[in-house]
Amino acid sequence: MDQPAIEFRRVSKSYFRGEQEVPILHDFSLSVPAGTFLAIMGPSGSGKTTILNLIAGLDRPDRGSIHAAGLTVSTQRDADLARWRARHIGFVFQFYNLIPVLTAAENVELPLLLSKLAKRERSKHVQAALGLVGLGDRMQHYPRQLSGGQEQRVGIARAIVSDPTILLADEPTGNLDRDSAEAVMGLLTRLHQQLKKTILMVTHDPRAAGYAQDILHFDKGRGVTDDARHVDHA
Amino acid sequence: MTLGTLITRNLRRHLSRVSLTAFGIATVILAFNLIVTTVRAWYAGVEASVPNRLIVRHAASLSIHLPLAYRDRLASMEGVTGVTYANWFGGVYRDAKGFFPQFAIDPASFLDLHAEVLVTSDERQAFLSDRRGCLIGRRLAAQYGWKVGDVIPLKGTLYPGDWEFVVRGIYRGSEASSDETWMLIRWDHMNEHRQQLDPDRAGTVGWYVLRIADPARAGFIARSVDGAFANSTAETRTETEQAFQMGFVAMSGAIIGALKVLAIALNAITLLVLANTLVMAVRERTRELAVLRTLGFRSSHLVTLVIGEALFIAGLGAALGMALTVPANHLYASFVAAKLGNLFPHLDLHPSVLVLSASVTLCIAVCASTIPITAVLRAKVAQDLRHIG
Repeated sequence: MDQPAIEFRRVSKSYFRGEQEVPILHDFSLSVPAGTFLAIMGPSGSGKTTILNLIAGLDRPDRGSIHAAGLTVSTQRDADLARWRARHIGFVFQFYNLIPVLTAAENVELPLLLSKLAKRERSKHVQAALGLVGLGDRMQHYPRQLSGGQEQRVGIARAIVSDPTILLADEPTGNLDRDSAEAVMGLLTRLHQQLKKTILMVTHDPRAAGYAQDILHFDKGRGVTDDARHVDHA
Repeated sequence: MTLGTLITRNLRRHLSRVSLTAFGIATVILAFNLIVTTVRAWYAGVEASVPNRLIVRHAASLSIHLPLAYRDRLASMEGVTGVTYANWFGGVYRDAKGFFPQFAIDPASFLDLHAEVLVTSDERQAFLSDRRGCLIGRRLAAQYGWKVGDVIPLKGTLYPGDWEFVVRGIYRGSEASSDETWMLIRWDHMNEHRQQLDPDRAGTVGWYVLRIADPARAGFIARSVDGAFANSTAETRTETEQAFQMGFVAMSGAIIGALKVLAIALNAITLLVLANTLVMAVRERTRELAVLRTLGFRSSHLVTLVIGEALFIAGLGAALGMALTVPANHLYASFVAAKLGNLFPHLDLHPSVLVLSASVTLCIAVCASTIPITAVLRAKVAQDLRHIG
């Protein structure tokens, strides 16, 4: 059996609000095979976003181990994690998080600054990524000159430009109207189906979750219902 | 695109804030440069002093003179290769504002010992031949428009009377630090006048200048000289020319100290202003910096962004401040000359002042960056991604 793209092994994670400890994940295990498009649903504070942050190494578990894209994420140094993230992780955010002073092309080029690609090669990658999301004609536009849906597509182009192994999407349609949301979900579906990307998407939106291959309902730090046919969890 | 592109674009977000900070730094740099130039001018005499000259003066006070009879005894002392002497003349040209130093000297020996005073052989000969003659510095000549052959009237203060001196030469200094504002008159002419009006004080000199063969033996020779005249009616105090000049600087120690404190305070203000601008910028971009982290940017990249921004703002301010210093220093020097005459002849802007202010600015930029950099390094990415700025 192939090694899973993402694996949580008995992971626990708590936060402190003042002096009070708030458990988020408790003895949580999850195995996501490569090429899976998994939606994680659940109420606010259930730990959905924490899962994405732990996968990307932006946060560390209290107990247990996390493996993603061939690396034991939970034991790496920050600098090594940053290098690994640049190669293997693409992030899509609810509020797009584009840099307002950079054009669409420059925003998409940002992750490539960390690679050894020459300027011309970077430019080709940027054109390809923006072309893939249907914004080849908006390259020199600043975020303020784009609609919400277009901004999110630029965000997706930025996430995929370095051809990462895993895409992590945190409420990618949470700030979009229905048409834009459908366009964005259509795009993520294409990335999954055509480019075989492993996608983990956190969402409140059942319509968005419907585009995913599997859905994991989440509450109080555990997967509580299982529509997921491809992933194992506990 | 490079990180530099991001730095410059970030700077354009709040152009007015960045401009005001840069102008603030420019103003401080300007003030700093003028202060350092002023302090340098105070030390000009020290800088111009040479290590192979000793000054012998009365042990009690410079205002008490020494007998001319000491000259031959000094000349015969071990390690001494030349002796000359001088008096402070202290005349007034037109009014008290027209101050410039006047020394009554023994022409041949003085010019022999002061190689930095350069005159042509014709001018030297003319000065040696005319008891009413004088040599003036190039800067002094330019200031008053004097030329060879002009007569300079002075009103005596220490040596009362109306004096007139004929310009027999215009000297220039061999070094940049040489003082070109002196007027050198002849001691024998002054002494002749004093023999008529104040015979008791005739035949005395303000101080002797000794040239020594080996500057390393200055201490030994100074002790020998002072020992030779110990318990006499005119005991001596001998020191290197540099120490002698430092004595004058020490008289203004409090003022110089205050200026130095002011210069430090100005730089501290610059540091705080720049740090404040950077802290605001980093706080406003908390979420963007977290996003850069998710893209794989390392701490070193973010530190580069902060330091780059600090260097750019500080560099812009420093460049502007230095550019303004050139005309401002010219006006300042003119103003001081108009008010104080030639009390500060070396108020020229020296390149080392600009190098110093550039170095200080660099240090300020790096130090000011430490506060926002610390914040960046301590940031919790997962938390900052939810930051609403």
